[in-house]
Amino acid sequence: MGLKDARLRRVATGGVELCIAELGDAARPTVLLVHGYPDSKEVWSGVAERLADRFHVVLYDVRGHGASSAPQPLRGGFTLEKLTDDFLAVADAVSPDRPVHLVGHDWGSVQGWEFATVRRTEGRIASFTSMSGPSLDHFGHWIKKRMTRPTPRRAAQLLGQGAKSWYVYMLHTPVLPELAWRGPLGKQWPGMLQRLERLPADGYPTASLPSDAAHGAWLYRDNVRIRLRRPRPDAYAHAPVQLITPTGDSFLSERLYDDLEQWAPQLRRRTLDAKHWIPRTRPDQLASWIGEFVDAHEDRAGRAPGAVAPARAAARPDSVAGRHAERFGGRLVLVTGAASGIGRATAFAFAEAGARVVAVDRDAEGAARTAEMARLLGAPEAWGETADVGDEQAMEKLAAKVAAEYGVVDVLVNNAGIGLSGSFFDTTTEDWKKVLDVNLWGVIHGCRTFGRQMAERGQGGHIVNTASAAAWLPSRSLPAYSTSKAAVLMLSECLRAELADKSIGVSAICPGIVNTNITATTRFAGSDAAEERRKQERSSRLYGMRNFPPEKVAEAVLEAVVHNTAVVPVTPEAHATRWMARFTPRALRAVARREPRL
Amino acid sequence: MAGRTSAVGERLSPDLQGFKEVQRLAYECAEVVAARLKPGVTEREAARMQRDWLTERGVRDWFHLPFAWFGDRTAFAGFRIPLQFFPTNRRLEPGMPFILDMAPIHRGFAADIGYSGSLGLNPVQDRLMDDLQEHRALILAGVRERRPLRTVYEDVERLMVRQGYTNRHRAYPFGVIAHKVGRVRERRWSPTVFGFGTQSLKGLASDALHGHREGWSPLWSPYTFSDHPPQPGLWAVEPHLGFRGTGAKFEELLVVTDSRDPQESAFWLDDDLPHVRRWAEGKAA
Repeated sequence: MGLKDARLRRVATGGVELCIAELGDAARPTVLLVHGYPDSKEVWSGVAERLADRFHVVLYDVRGHGASSAPQPLRGGFTLEKLTDDFLAVADAVSPDRPVHLVGHDWGSVQGWEFATVRRTEGRIASFTSMSGPSLDHFGHWIKKRMTRPTPRRAAQLLGQGAKSWYVYMLHTPVLPELAWRGPLGKQWPGMLQRLERLPADGYPTASLPSDAAHGAWLYRDNVRIRLRRPRPDAYAHAPVQLITPTGDSFLSERLYDDLEQWAPQLRRRTLDAKHWIPRTRPDQLASWIGEFVDAHEDRAGRAPGAVAPARAAARPDSVAGRHAERFGGRLVLVTGAASGIGRATAFAFAEAGARVVAVDRDAEGAARTAEMARLLGAPEAWGETADVGDEQAMEKLAAKVAAEYGVVDVLVNNAGIGLSGSFFDTTTEDWKKVLDVNLWGVIHGCRTFGRQMAERGQGGHIVNTASAAAWLPSRSLPAYSTSKAAVLMLSECLRAELADKSIGVSAICPGIVNTNITATTRFAGSDAAEERRKQERSSRLYGMRNFPPEKVAEAVLEAVVHNTAVVPVTPEAHATRWMARFTPRALRAVARREPRL
Repeated sequence: MAGRTSAVGERLSPDLQGFKEVQRLAYECAEVVAARLKPGVTEREAARMQRDWLTERGVRDWFHLPFAWFGDRTAFAGFRIPLQFFPTNRRLEPGMPFILDMAPIHRGFAADIGYSGSLGLNPVQDRLMDDLQEHRALILAGVRERRPLRTVYEDVERLMVRQGYTNRHRAYPFGVIAHKVGRVRERRWSPTVFGFGTQSLKGLASDALHGHREGWSPLWSPYTFSDHPPQPGLWAVEPHLGFRGTGAKFEELLVVTDSRDPQESAFWLDDDLPHVRRWAEGKAA
């Protein structure tokens, strides 16, 4: 269902006529989407389509934008008080009996905060999802707090946001912005958005952009100075708030929301690795988070006051415990080699952050166990899947199944790997094939299948490949293993370059000596069975004595995704050898010549 | 399970009867104190409750003073030095896991027990406790086969890893999964050093000395000094699972004898303990 099929109507309020579009069954909970500047309601088309089969979705053009008429005169016609009148008129028209679930982006969110914090809308808002638009009152208090006691950190925050707000100052100059928008800027704007904000080129912004942007300048002129100078002291939210913060926003600092808990006691935070226009670039994720938040609060809104929450809700607290819950809550993560070691620990770490987890391994029982424990840790859903990453057909089948049943993967962790030790001439062709099949082809197949789905969806994502410190560390004992891992490292770097303009990050994790069962399954080329067994035990003990836990590697994986780091050495020895490989490679080569004793 | 893994139903020597009684007393204490834990109680208060309850019932000496761990301290998160084992002012919150660990000496018999629970529901710890059942069976089987203790230790660790857990008894001094306990002479004055009773430390030291000469150790560790078949005597066995911020353990006495009959060569002193009952109930349900 697209916006073309929407039911349009017009509502007259306070001297203007607003154009309202409705999708979906009007008996369902109403989700009201408010657009920002310079936009019109069509900015929501992707999100609205995805919500329409579950909710009654309502969009409207803010006064002076799109198909709504502009107030006369413009000056004084865009105050937040008047915008609140508009909201109430729309809400009364589309959902007279039940409160609406409000969603705002940019100026839509700035307005939304006003709606959610003034007394006269109490009872009309069931929940509020805010993206990239702070309350001007909260913003005013934020600035005041930093001006009155400017510690170095606070001063830096103030200057940082001050620099990001350049366009606000420009919009306060008279006439020039209007001329620019109606002239060259209006023509250039769509292209600029595609280049700078990586928006898809699909006929948006609409033809009304120049006049929308020219009228919308009065949003700033009528409100910003007044509210920032004298912020309301009582701007407390009377509805639960979900705050979605894009981490790459060029116009708003994440620090703006630091004190938000004091204004919105029932706050749920989400972060998204994206730029400012998330309704356009991340509709899937937004629709899922909005839907989840609406569902959670529709229950509560629909029940009589004082009724006891159902047991299921009590067992699943609003805030998942993990450190990165804001970032990974509800996202789909696939980990290969997840039946043990680093893969399993990574699956658990993502589960703790509230992600949905697909645990893939050759070992079906181990993968199922990982999934089961992941659910226990807080993953809303988790599945164990059996596949050999080195088998192309198996991987393609798995990718098709995952896409059909669980969705497109947001984070892919190509972790599966096996060990192979022994000198070059002891290593048989068979040995080489085996180690390359899993360690290198496994990563290639993973990136080809799941990475392709990610790229085709075009809504960002992240790929983590487990390389190794052996990737830059020459040795006599691990020629085949090091070769496979060096290939993974370079593959990750190349892929990172290629996928950057699709907003897909690629990281290579290089753990070092970590206490996992890789040593117990390592093949020692050139040793007979008994000798191999002895070496496995011996190396397991050595790794056990080093005792670096896989949980710390998992933590590094999450950090790498959050910060989009290219190469992540984890253990101190990995850091040290990476440094040596760069600056004192001859020392490493000298060490490599020594015969290892096991 | 009774009769197969322990000596229940059979006549125990008076010595073993004494050990069994003090172990029951300690577990009773754990259950009483666990029932009295409320939100806001600190680890120190919980340790004090155990100490007072046992002192009222005639305990004058300790193998070690009672410990209490709450929240992620049950998994020894971030423990680097042994002083961190001692009870802190951490307060118990609803849903938090806890572990009570005490080793009272009563009439010269020592016990060392560990009791895991949570304030209200904690599905993760529940799961850990369920999975400890396999470890109890594995340890007994290993000892009955007279495998070197170090190997049994590694088997247990492998099982933990397969289950998805980390081995947290590695955090104990010398990384022990068990240690020997024995009879202690009753003295009027029984001081403790860093929480450990001097009488018991003396016993452990003398065992260590004998063992050193004969090639065994009273500490069951992952190191070479534990690379010997099970030594007859009483072993306080304490496998400790950790899973992210949650830990669970049990600790109870394992009797090892020099009998050739496998059933007789090793058995759990008592099968009527809270964790064993819990598994039996789980199976019945």
